[in-house]
Amino acid sequence: MKPASFDFLCPDTLEETLAALADGGGDARVLAGGQSLVPMLNMRLARPALLVDIMRLEPLRRIDTSGDEIVVGAGVRQAELEAWPSLSRDLPLLAAVFPWLGHVQTRARGTVCGSIAHADPSAELPLSLVTLGGAVSLRSRNRKRKVKADDFFIGMMATDLAEGEMIEAVHFPKARPGGGYAFREVGRRHGDFAIVACAAVADDKGLRLGIAGVDDRPRVFPLPALDDDQFDDAINDIAWSLDARDDFHASARYRRELVRGLGRETLKEASRCRA
Amino acid sequence: MPRMNAARKHPVEFTLNGRTVRAEVENRMLLSDLLRHEIGLTGTHVGCEHGVCGACTVQIDGRPARACLTLAQQVRGSDVRTVEALAPDPAVLSPLQAAFRRHHGLQCGFCTPGILMSLDALLRERPDADREDIREHLSGHLCRCTGYATIVEAALAAAEEQRKEETTNA
Repeated sequence: MKPASFDFLCPDTLEETLAALADGGGDARVLAGGQSLVPMLNMRLARPALLVDIMRLEPLRRIDTSGDEIVVGAGVRQAELEAWPSLSRDLPLLAAVFPWLGHVQTRARGTVCGSIAHADPSAELPLSLVTLGGAVSLRSRNRKRKVKADDFFIGMMATDLAEGEMIEAVHFPKARPGGGYAFREVGRRHGDFAIVACAAVADDKGLRLGIAGVDDRPRVFPLPALDDDQFDDAINDIAWSLDARDDFHASARYRRELVRGLGRETLKEASRCRA
Repeated sequence: MPRMNAARKHPVEFTLNGRTVRAEVENRMLLSDLLRHEIGLTGTHVGCEHGVCGACTVQIDGRPARACLTLAQQVRGSDVRTVEALAPDPAVLSPLQAAFRRHHGLQCGFCTPGILMSLDALLRERPDADREDIREHLSGHLCRCTGYATIVEAALAAAEEQRKEETTNA
């Protein structure tokens, strides 16, 4: 349970960071808060040749409002966004999610973008980003691009991040006026990885349900109104369309049942919150 | 800053329990191992080494954090506090520690240093912390002896005592 050895770089500029990542290729990894990467290092599931610590890069440590988006830089810790004064007004879904996201002790160090980069299929922040229809800004030495959240997560802990690239920021769309947002989760212990987590949005575009912990990545689906005759069939079809699997924590059947039950509860709460 | 080679040790300087410390460490050294094996402060315990059990919790810049999920190089320039900083004197327990003793908040004591550091941070940040806040902070810790109820009682008693103290001093 000790990391294998690696070179360490703590750059003062973004240019230096991107150059190191470009030279390191697939053997270089970005280190931010370390709450996902250091366990992987300890278990030697990750053995990078070079770690690039980005926490001294001041420009990445900002939360900005840009038009209809909240832009969270790669150096922003989860606890910092949790304490951001406009959170419950602009990102009410995240205000509901934070108490479930790891523990106080891991949110103090872990970053928002780090959790997005780690892409655990049961993690709350990737689920929130996909459900809200957010995006990820990626940066490498020669290229800058913005990828929709739904295209960024491509599989079990797999993302569209290319060699030499890093997440510069994530973009969460601001809450729409009168929109309702809700989050529910079932896990073995508060703060542990979710067995199934649901995030729901009810706004002028209708109902949407995001689901984590079932498929190999977070997924989001539109749904008819709760009192619609088609609702039961629709949520049942969603439960069956996900690639639910049996594992040590729960059976596939239980996960599908949670999608139906927890999904409905979460949508109900979001609809109630809709002004 | 130049790239630090994996094969060599590199200096790291930070504040530990109010004093500046300077150590030479491998890049891969965890803060938990630096504290225990190099500096000799064995109050910080190591359980799971992947962030689940909470035994290694220390305070980094005032916030509770896992020492086993922090590389020593990541605390460069930070203020680190460990359980050794709590008691004002080797013969005197801190009010929180004394409450743990009074309310049987520990049995084997393995998880205790981490829990104390989380609760100490909570009570300093929110002197009005209630049962729910305490339980929320405790959810990041595993204790296999007490069943947690006595820990919650100890923390509530310490919070109460701290509030009284502040009123008296005001």
